[in-house]
Amino acid sequence: MKAAVIVFPGSNCDRDVAVALEASMGAKPLMVWHRDTELPQVDLIAVPGGFSYGDYLRCGAMAAHSPIMREVKARAEAGVRVLGICNGFQVLTEAGLLPGVLMRNSGLKFICRDVHLRVEDSETDFCRQYQCGEVVRFPIAHAEGNFFADDETFRAIEGNGQVAFRYCTPDGGFDPAANPNGSLGNVAGIYNEKRNVLGLMPHPERLAEDLLGGSDGKRMFDSLVEALS
Amino acid sequence: MSNITPEVIAQHGIKPDEYQRILEIMGREPNLTELGIFSVMWSEHCSYKSSKKWLKTLPTTAPWVICGPGENAGIIDIGDNQAIVFKMESHNHPSFIEPYQGAATGVGGILRDVFTMGARPIANMNALRFGDPSNPKTRHLVAGVVAGIGGYGNCVGVPTVGGETNFHKSYNGNILVNAMTVGLADKDNIFYSAAAGVGNPVVYFGSKTGRDGIHGATMASAEFDEKSEEKRPTVQVGDPFTEKLLIEACLELMATDAIVAIQDMGAAGLTSSSFEMASKGGLGIEMDLDSVPMREEGMTAYEIMLSESQERMLMILKPGKEDVARAIMDKWELDFAVIGVLTDTGRMVLKRHGQVVADLPIDPLAQASPEYDRPWVAPAKPPVVLAEDVPAQCPIEALKTLLACPDLASKRWIYQQYDHMVMGDTVQRPGGDAAVVRIHGTPKAVAITTDCTPRYCQADPHEGGRQAVAEAYRNLSATGAVPLAVTDNLNFGNPEKPEIMGQIVEAIRGMGEACRDLDFPVVSGNVSLYNETQGTAIQPTPAIGAVGLLDDVSRHTTIAFKDAGNAIVLLGETKGWLGASLYLREICHREDGAPPPVALHRERRKGELVRQLIQDGLVSACHDVSDGGILVAVAEMAMASEGLIGAALDHPSTLPLHAWCFGEDQGRYILEVRQDDLVSVLEEAQEHDVGARVIGTTGGHVISIGGRAATVEDLKAANEGWMPKYMGNEMSGH
Repeated sequence: MKAAVIVFPGSNCDRDVAVALEASMGAKPLMVWHRDTELPQVDLIAVPGGFSYGDYLRCGAMAAHSPIMREVKARAEAGVRVLGICNGFQVLTEAGLLPGVLMRNSGLKFICRDVHLRVEDSETDFCRQYQCGEVVRFPIAHAEGNFFADDETFRAIEGNGQVAFRYCTPDGGFDPAANPNGSLGNVAGIYNEKRNVLGLMPHPERLAEDLLGGSDGKRMFDSLVEALS
Repeated sequence: MSNITPEVIAQHGIKPDEYQRILEIMGREPNLTELGIFSVMWSEHCSYKSSKKWLKTLPTTAPWVICGPGENAGIIDIGDNQAIVFKMESHNHPSFIEPYQGAATGVGGILRDVFTMGARPIANMNALRFGDPSNPKTRHLVAGVVAGIGGYGNCVGVPTVGGETNFHKSYNGNILVNAMTVGLADKDNIFYSAAAGVGNPVVYFGSKTGRDGIHGATMASAEFDEKSEEKRPTVQVGDPFTEKLLIEACLELMATDAIVAIQDMGAAGLTSSSFEMASKGGLGIEMDLDSVPMREEGMTAYEIMLSESQERMLMILKPGKEDVARAIMDKWELDFAVIGVLTDTGRMVLKRHGQVVADLPIDPLAQASPEYDRPWVAPAKPPVVLAEDVPAQCPIEALKTLLACPDLASKRWIYQQYDHMVMGDTVQRPGGDAAVVRIHGTPKAVAITTDCTPRYCQADPHEGGRQAVAEAYRNLSATGAVPLAVTDNLNFGNPEKPEIMGQIVEAIRGMGEACRDLDFPVVSGNVSLYNETQGTAIQPTPAIGAVGLLDDVSRHTTIAFKDAGNAIVLLGETKGWLGASLYLREICHREDGAPPPVALHRERRKGELVRQLIQDGLVSACHDVSDGGILVAVAEMAMASEGLIGAALDHPSTLPLHAWCFGEDQGRYILEVRQDDLVSVLEEAQEHDVGARVIGTTGGHVISIGGRAATVEDLKAANEGWMPKYMGNEMSGH
């Protein structure tokens, strides 16, 4: 598998996702600067977390219009796998690659802690090493992760089975206390219709090593390597 | 007629005798720009004029110290051509006036001090002190400060891995916001601030200069009064996105061979950075202020030189390297301008609109700033409080009260607003004795802590100074890390009062003794004085930030109990010292008595023992005993465990139960030890001549002592409940 990590000014999880990818791939991903207009041939494009352009407009809104994103969109439409984590998810929604928006957390504060997630689909290239319905633990670290979509869009997302992860209790339940940010339907991550694009607010790359407290996130990168190698 | 009237001089915080000195140095009357420059350079904040004499007594060297105080930050060697660069700095006055921006720019400033030296920041910490929770301003200040620290640190992408927070009425009018940054550099690629090379270009880069923060350093060197709110315009505004770009641009430029010297523009902005660089290099500078990138039109020389706009840097480039540097700044979309040249005159000559607007000798301002030997009186030593004279309460009820008191209550509400995991190396997250952060790509890690017990310092600043250092030493040792060095952030009241000056002198003396005996040198620091409002001073708060090293991070230990059926071992002597304790304050509502003494010679031996036991894999959890004594420490280990493992404790009948449970005798650790390893641990302790005894066993889900018990779940609910309840629906301050 070949992978590229897009770097915007203000990205700050670019190294973290590169480290996690390298651990699973056995090779370093390419780091691609936002001003580049050409993207090398890769099997996976990762859009990392951080505060692209400071997030001084809406989160991800500036990055969605940067030169490299035209190329990312074209590749996504051609079927290349695209993974957006945290700010990367926000960028992908702003760029129109994923439906819905990420609003301010219902508690209005930045939240950094581990959350439990239920894997909703294990048939995809991103999640084939998880079991459907399995509960995994990833950290979140965001102030704007409150997923929202209008009724029609949300019905379509649910109807097409595009929900990738939902916030849940440690045993897989959906009580409101398990939803850290007010997301509609406890949605933590979604696919596009073709399931080659995944965006999620939690950070799989942050719990991809036991020394750091857990390795549930590693299986996402292992899944991609297995699927794309 | 002169416009430098006595009123103008007084407005600049310059005393009449200092003005006489200015006249002697200048040989003429200064103009307003020159007076402004003197005022910020000679402010307490920049010159350390009241504390310098005493700071010099602190130990600052060790074989592993690469750079001690005097540079932007201290540097220690951690082997393999790697160095740790760190410092703690206060942003107290601005944070009280405008908590979000005050705290945010405090984080920004300390980050710059560290990356200026060539280090990538790898961790932030903060030590916060707020007023009484019932004070109407406190909640708003907590919300704003926490949001500001998070807002800045989260955006720059440096994890905020821990800290400490206290509440006390003495901080009602003067909160303390002390921020610490730890960075990692290559030992052979460290950057200093001494200018060199006559004719070399003086280069400005980063954000543009605006009118914000003019006279911030002078504000930070005065007491507050009822008009302090009017000083809001002197608080700067932070831009963490630009800071992130600045970090990346600096590190990219530092990887080339272009920089002679570099310095961030912190307090007193362009003035202090240019004077310090020139002074350290024994050179002069000629600057054309028209070239300074400006945010606003019509700025005067006075405003340009005194602006404290954030995210700005000054550097001296090697000849012909302007293009290399400019290309990197263009990539990161940062302003870049050659604004001057180094000269051999030893003078600072400033031009604006083609005219010389200031011409000052550099050394008398930068190095020969006033140094005071202010009168001081040693504080009276308070009497020792006997345990028999302190009322006993049911230990379990008292434990619940203590765990829910503002100082001991869980600070999860705070640290959940900080990204403490970005960069992917946080091995021990906030909530333990010290944070543990791996050195990226290696098996090594640093442990980081901040410590100070202000109520001890209030009772006896000398003993309190010793204790702050010793507790930092213990917190690092408890993770298994070898303590290496200290940064200090000395927060006190008005040094012109002999009793306050006495606190400063005694606290520094105590810190110095502890640092010397523990081989724990001070490599950087900051002093914040005049923390007084309408004549009331804060409790003396010499905050200690400290760093230790783990050669093998897989051998670190946490405070959490790991399993049932293990022995709970107490290291160190327990005499039931209740003077100045949390029990006395929170249960008996008394703030009196001498604080517990620290036996430094035994402290070191105990630290070595603990680290040895951890290294040998004989300890499954370790926690130092501090605020609240043994029972609180054990409860914290239980609450941190997965599955909320309880503990059954026995106490020796030689001491009153409440004194044994809540006494704050120093130099103690609690260890969780597997039964199979118990004999080895006790033998090892004996060999080190350290008292060790089994005080109980882990297991079940309750903490029990003296026939009373509480579930760990209930204790945790009490401990976790206070802060969210207190903060209620308080919105963030921004």
